[in-house]
Amino acid sequence: MMRLPWFDYRAPRTVAEAAKILAGEGPGAMLIAGGTDLLPNMKRRHQTPKVLVSLRGIPSLKSFSNGSGVAFGSGLTLTEVIRNEKTPTALYQAAAQVATVHLRNSGTLGGNLCLDTRCTYYNQNHEWRKAIDFCLKKDGDICWVATASKRCVAVSSTDTAPALIALNAKVILEGVPGQREIPVENLYRNDGIDYLSRKPDEILTQISIPGGWESTYWKLRRRGAFDFPILGVAIALQFSSEKIIQEARVALGAAASRPFLLEKASEFLKGKKLSDDVIAETSTLIASRAKPLDNTDMDLYWRKEVADDFAGYALRELRGDDMRATRLRIARFAV
Amino acid sequence: MSTQGKLRVIGKARRRVDGRAKVTGLTRFADDIVLPRMLHCRLLRSPHPHAEILEIITGKAEKLPGVHLILTGKDFPVTFGIMPVAQDEYPLANGRVRYVGDPIAAVIAKDEQTATEALDLIEVKFKQLKTISNPEEALQNPEPRIHDYGDQGNIHRIQSYEFGDVDEALAKSDHVFDDLFFYEGNTHLPIEQHASVAAPDGEGKLTLWSSTQVPHYIHRALARALQMPASHIRVIACPNGGGFGGKCDLHNHEIVVSRAALKLGRPVKICLNREEVFYMHRGRHPVLMRMRTGVTKDGKLTGMHLQTLLDGGGYGSYGPASTFYTGVLQTVTYELPRYKFDACRAFTNKPPCGPKRGHGTPQPRFGQEVQLDKIAEKLKLDPAELRLNIVAKPDTLTANWLKIGTIGLAECIRQATARSDWKKKFRKMGPGRGIGIACSSYLSGAGLPIYWNKMPHSGVQLLADRSGQVTVFCGATEIGQGSDDVLAAMVAEVLGMDPYDIRCVTGDTALTPVDLGSYSSRVTVMMGNAAIQAAEKLKAQIAEAAGEQLEVIPSRLSFSDGRVFVTENSNKSLSFKEAVEFAEVKFGTLGAVGSYTPPRAPGRYKGAGVGPSPAYSYSACVVEVEVDQATGWIAVPKIWIAHDIGRTVNPVLARGQVEGSVYMGLAEALMEEQVFRRLPPKMSHALVHKIPSLLEYKSPTSLDMPEIDTILIEDPDPNCPFGAKEAGQGPLLPVMPAVANAIFDAVGVRIDELPITPDKVLKALELKAAGKNPRVGPERFPLVPYPKSIFVLPPWEGGDGKESKRDDAVAVV
Repeated sequence: MMRLPWFDYRAPRTVAEAAKILAGEGPGAMLIAGGTDLLPNMKRRHQTPKVLVSLRGIPSLKSFSNGSGVAFGSGLTLTEVIRNEKTPTALYQAAAQVATVHLRNSGTLGGNLCLDTRCTYYNQNHEWRKAIDFCLKKDGDICWVATASKRCVAVSSTDTAPALIALNAKVILEGVPGQREIPVENLYRNDGIDYLSRKPDEILTQISIPGGWESTYWKLRRRGAFDFPILGVAIALQFSSEKIIQEARVALGAAASRPFLLEKASEFLKGKKLSDDVIAETSTLIASRAKPLDNTDMDLYWRKEVADDFAGYALRELRGDDMRATRLRIARFAV
Repeated sequence: MSTQGKLRVIGKARRRVDGRAKVTGLTRFADDIVLPRMLHCRLLRSPHPHAEILEIITGKAEKLPGVHLILTGKDFPVTFGIMPVAQDEYPLANGRVRYVGDPIAAVIAKDEQTATEALDLIEVKFKQLKTISNPEEALQNPEPRIHDYGDQGNIHRIQSYEFGDVDEALAKSDHVFDDLFFYEGNTHLPIEQHASVAAPDGEGKLTLWSSTQVPHYIHRALARALQMPASHIRVIACPNGGGFGGKCDLHNHEIVVSRAALKLGRPVKICLNREEVFYMHRGRHPVLMRMRTGVTKDGKLTGMHLQTLLDGGGYGSYGPASTFYTGVLQTVTYELPRYKFDACRAFTNKPPCGPKRGHGTPQPRFGQEVQLDKIAEKLKLDPAELRLNIVAKPDTLTANWLKIGTIGLAECIRQATARSDWKKKFRKMGPGRGIGIACSSYLSGAGLPIYWNKMPHSGVQLLADRSGQVTVFCGATEIGQGSDDVLAAMVAEVLGMDPYDIRCVTGDTALTPVDLGSYSSRVTVMMGNAAIQAAEKLKAQIAEAAGEQLEVIPSRLSFSDGRVFVTENSNKSLSFKEAVEFAEVKFGTLGAVGSYTPPRAPGRYKGAGVGPSPAYSYSACVVEVEVDQATGWIAVPKIWIAHDIGRTVNPVLARGQVEGSVYMGLAEALMEEQVFRRLPPKMSHALVHKIPSLLEYKSPTSLDMPEIDTILIEDPDPNCPFGAKEAGQGPLLPVMPAVANAIFDAVGVRIDELPITPDKVLKALELKAAGKNPRVGPERFPLVPYPKSIFVLPPWEGGDGKESKRDDAVAVV
């Protein structure tokens, strides 16, 4: 089997201690929470950290609080997030469709937010990558997806991030100098290599979500389990009593190197009712921002063509249409 | 064979005899074997698809602490290959690599980690060669040759057979359907990755434990590869965690660890990682097909001309047999008066293809069953009725001289359509919902072994002693399909024992009589017949001794429930153990052997050896689909499958085999593809497997599986043990075309290639909306230099099974 490279393992008990180790070790250290993304990547020599700083032994990262909104510790597993009755719908639907039961039992919410970007030229073992003389993201000079590209176009593949962006969530990043809170969309950069705005010595400790949203997440992938998203549509709305949209936030995942907020589509929805025409027009607006590349599963032109259908599913579900049969056909289980 | 009387074991749903060990994790697979002083092996593989090796520099790697041995091509001067006609592989490359993943060097070290680190220290200098990525390129580029043998250029095998004048038959037909189909390659995906442990015994003899389906063939081939007498080699086939044909070759790593163990005098283990299993491959050939079929206006077939073009990958493997199998079984399902079959297998710079469940036959089966659907549509016939009207007849010969015995296909069609409410659903389900049907047939064991000989195909030896125990020895291999359970059941039935009281010792060339292995769905029929023969002999001995004690003639005794008793008076009885004791007194040490050789096939022409079988199984499958017309998204809510099994040995296992076949068939229909990626040629020579991982090589999860209604049709076949035919491969075959036909029923588009993915469906729907031919599939068949046909007259045209001159036909037609 593929074996892990050698590394030192540190198990701090507090965030401050972890931040200190990170700052002291410099770029050779990496954080590990559930390890479901990092360990396979290490076996394939994508990352070969000299030191792994484990977050599993830090009790504060397992916190949950419920006030005007909800706040999750980043170390809660996806299973714990799913089982929490206060989890907003879009986040629940996103977390419930990550990978498999086993991986959700180990993988954490913070880990899913910091998930490495993915690409079919990158997520291969060392020998395979040698056979293509490597790629821009790791050990090579060329992006084989777009050979003229100076930028790595690996895809953001987190399910929970678009859901949290739509829900207007914020994350807390803690380092030795102190902590800062930023909107989830600002955690990401549209660069397949340097995809997080998190500083190397910062730790993502908490995710807070304001209340009041009706939300949904629709995931496109080939199978009912295991697969990363090849498109994620997250929408959160606030309605007036007359079903007029007061606030709207639309986010896309797996459509670029970062998950992102669609300001235009969000703006367009405000003050409107979800009529068939509004849904169709919004879906077109949303789909125009999905620019898939040939670096994930399934035909890229097809992925582009169905983006508006998935946007439509999300909007119709928020309107109150019964989408259970469609959900079952797409997700292969009742989400 | 013996089938008289009421059956007490055969046909009863039981836990399999090895089931508890499987579910509690106690089954010992090859990778579970750990021996004292064992070392570990890793292979350095080629990063280039086609290159000459100029130099291998191993100095640095040799100096790494913990490294014991490095082997390269020069340690392996002899070629090997599983078929006598395709000895074209070296365990480690001998100056040339032919695909990305071809092994070049081996490191044997104290652990896997050290061996892996040493691989990085080996330097190899290459000269890159032009790369052939598909059969069309192979036809266009006879040079450079990937191998210096083969029928011509980069064509490995090319052949043509004609059974009766097909052009004439097509000319006289009311309609001729001319269709192109493409079946993408895919791999076996066993959950157990190949593992082997080789150990010397101190006397220079070798034992190899391995994940193999064919210990006997490995035994022979290993003796040749190591240039050692076979009597000094013992091959033990560990229980396999799935085989599906992927563990039927002698594998390069098996030879490498054997050589290393002999050199070092220590046990050496290797376990491939998942990527390496994709490179080992030997899976489904990608096949392009052209099928011209003549029909009468009422839907009877008049003749078929099938042309196939196979992408063989970098080596021969079972390719010569696979090439035949893309055509020879086309005649067994339906009445087909005349048949012509051209086949060509090309070498390409990709992992070698070989036998996967259904071996070569799913591809043309897909084509034929989709074409029949098109024929029914054109003739305005119900496709189930059309098939019922042309089902082959029992106890007949086919155009290519295969002998059909029992055939339960009509009943399969009737049951599958009745249970699925076919008549109420076909063309009546409304937009986006549809139902499709397809049928198939398969071998219950290949009629000939892969090397020519007249010896038995399966041998069974029985031991019984005063303890009351019965041990059954057979070379057959448990690959998860339940062969040990079949073996125990056969013996238990004859001797009136509980199958759980029988010990099976299987798949060990030092202890068990030869059985050719777990391939071609041969085990139940061949091992079963041999087991019955052995058990009947032992029973006769025991009955003779017991008869003396009970003062009756042996023929008045019955064996049942662990007792031997007088049939008319069950109070006069002995326990089985007591009866064995009396037999041991009378005859001395007890034992019996049985063996089985398939009947001689009637075909006498060169090539007639591929296709014959003691019995053919039949299946009919109905698939229901839902297709989203806006996205092409496909859902499969339910599948009905009826399988003509002859007789069910253990319904739990038989259903498991059928459901597993449906699973694999649905995977091939909708998802699986072993595809390769080329980079821009000006920038790179790369030709790599696109997705060699369990995550990205898509195979359905349990959530993607529909409900399956399995119907076992029992029509005992006289050639088979208690009438039992195969169940492990046949039921896979109709699934793919039934899915394609259901999609046509749902949305009116034809996807003439596999896998059928949402993007293809959507593309066809767009063509349909634009008023164009709503079809996605291959557009052209390249010019292939098929040779002049070997012409054989069908039995009903006065043939004698031998090749004849074409003019011989004139007199009778």
